[in-house]
Amino acid sequence: MQVRMVTNSVFKGMCFISTFAAVAILVMLLYHLGIKGLDHLDVDFLNNFSSRRPSRAGIKAALWGTLWLIGLTGVFALPLGVATAIYLEEYAEKSRLTQFLEINIANLAGVPSIIYGLLGLAIFVRYLGFDRSLWSGSLTLSLLILPVIIVASQGAIRSVPLAIREASFALGAQKWQVVLFIVLPAALPGILTGAILSLSRAIGETAPLIIVGAVGYMRFVPQSPSDDFTALPLQIYDWASRPQSGFHDIAASGILVLLAILLMFNLTAVIIRQKLQRYSS
Amino acid sequence: MRLQNSYAIEAKNLSVFYGDNKAVDEVSFGFKRNKVTAIIGPSGCGKSTLMRAMNRMHDFVPSVKVLGSLWYEEEDIYDQKANPVLVRKRIGMVFQKPNPFPKSIAKNIIWGPKINGMSKDYTELVESSLKRAALWDEVKNRLDDSALSLSGGQQQRLCIARTIAMDPDIILMDEPCSALDPRSTASIEELILNLREKYTILIVTHNMQQARRISDEVLFMYEGRLVESGATKQMFESPQESQTHDYIRGKFG
Repeated sequence: MQVRMVTNSVFKGMCFISTFAAVAILVMLLYHLGIKGLDHLDVDFLNNFSSRRPSRAGIKAALWGTLWLIGLTGVFALPLGVATAIYLEEYAEKSRLTQFLEINIANLAGVPSIIYGLLGLAIFVRYLGFDRSLWSGSLTLSLLILPVIIVASQGAIRSVPLAIREASFALGAQKWQVVLFIVLPAALPGILTGAILSLSRAIGETAPLIIVGAVGYMRFVPQSPSDDFTALPLQIYDWASRPQSGFHDIAASGILVLLAILLMFNLTAVIIRQKLQRYSS
Repeated sequence: MRLQNSYAIEAKNLSVFYGDNKAVDEVSFGFKRNKVTAIIGPSGCGKSTLMRAMNRMHDFVPSVKVLGSLWYEEEDIYDQKANPVLVRKRIGMVFQKPNPFPKSIAKNIIWGPKINGMSKDYTELVESSLKRAALWDEVKNRLDDSALSLSGGQQQRLCIARTIAMDPDIILMDEPCSALDPRSTASIEELILNLREKYTILIVTHNMQQARRISDEVLFMYEGRLVESGATKQMFESPQESQTHDYIRGKFG
């Protein structure tokens, strides 16, 4: 009895220490970043382009580049991913072929991002001639997150109860009406969660963007999808790899900006989900 | 082939298979217009399966096969040319567990008529449907609230209101009270008796006393076959078949 009680407290203690360690590391990271980066974090930092002098360098080009990338990636990947999930869940017959497709989609979610970068380089940059533009960057990121969006959407669609589908069929609905007006709205919170999580992943991606030719140093804001671009992780990487310590400090500021964007993104997701779930709880 | 006038819907040698398993075995029966017909029998006797064949709800399960014919308005709804969507518009269904859409109360009512392009005054339709389902007084001040905020009994009456809003000919009810408490059950039963004036109602029930209270005709099924049918009073007081007798007396089931 005594031994079991001790084991119990030891186990509990170990779980607590693990949790504490994870949180402590996060806090240390933020503290470290804060000390280095907060000084430079002002309106000028957001409004200036990069410079050879750290005190004058800003993040404008990278910030706008990232916003463009995310917007375009969402526009490409979301409809494509959701439509694929709808086809696989609602229309495709359960054959060997669809099974094969589904396994492959799930596997694609685990492919290293640099492979997608190479794919993007071959297809979008070279073959389709989009060059090193936002088109190439966002299409590559779309490919990267498509499997995750598809799998998450499939899960959300599958979890819509059969009962409300039957209810809508019993009211004389056509299949497309059931899918579009009943199943999709009910699955939307789950779909959006998956979409936002995968877009957050895309925001932080660096490797595939380097491969498709995003630039590290840029002194203008992209005006259209055919323009060159840079993105926050690239700008941070560029600064962090320079020898002068001044650049290391603004790299920390850049990371804070990136974290803030991610946080706002996830917050939006939570708010949207809560609004949508108003009717379903 | 013409439908006898007093019948709203008539099954002729109707069989339903789950794979190789025959769940409904050549049932022939005419359901009378503007009557409440109860389908009774022990679990697994095929009563729900028979009912779900009446508005082609089996279409969505690939392994289910239906043989025989089901005559409705001079048409076999299992004919190649029959349109199941049109059939379901005219033959509504209320399910065992209340299944309102995760939308507002009002939208639950409007959904069916809207997607079927029935141009109507929706405010008026919401009110009249909820009134006929005896739910109006309880929800008239909260029509924009989620349907899922209602109690189980209220949800089931909302599902009935939703079915009525389509102005169907026949209403199928698959054990509509089995998930409800006695008070809600009583309100639904009263509602069914009132709805009889306007609609033909088929109700599957597990509860023999309920069949006795609300039905005009009873159809007793056992192991997929139709054993006996007749007027409720006669079925309960002097059943002809020994199986019916034993089931009604509670000897099995």
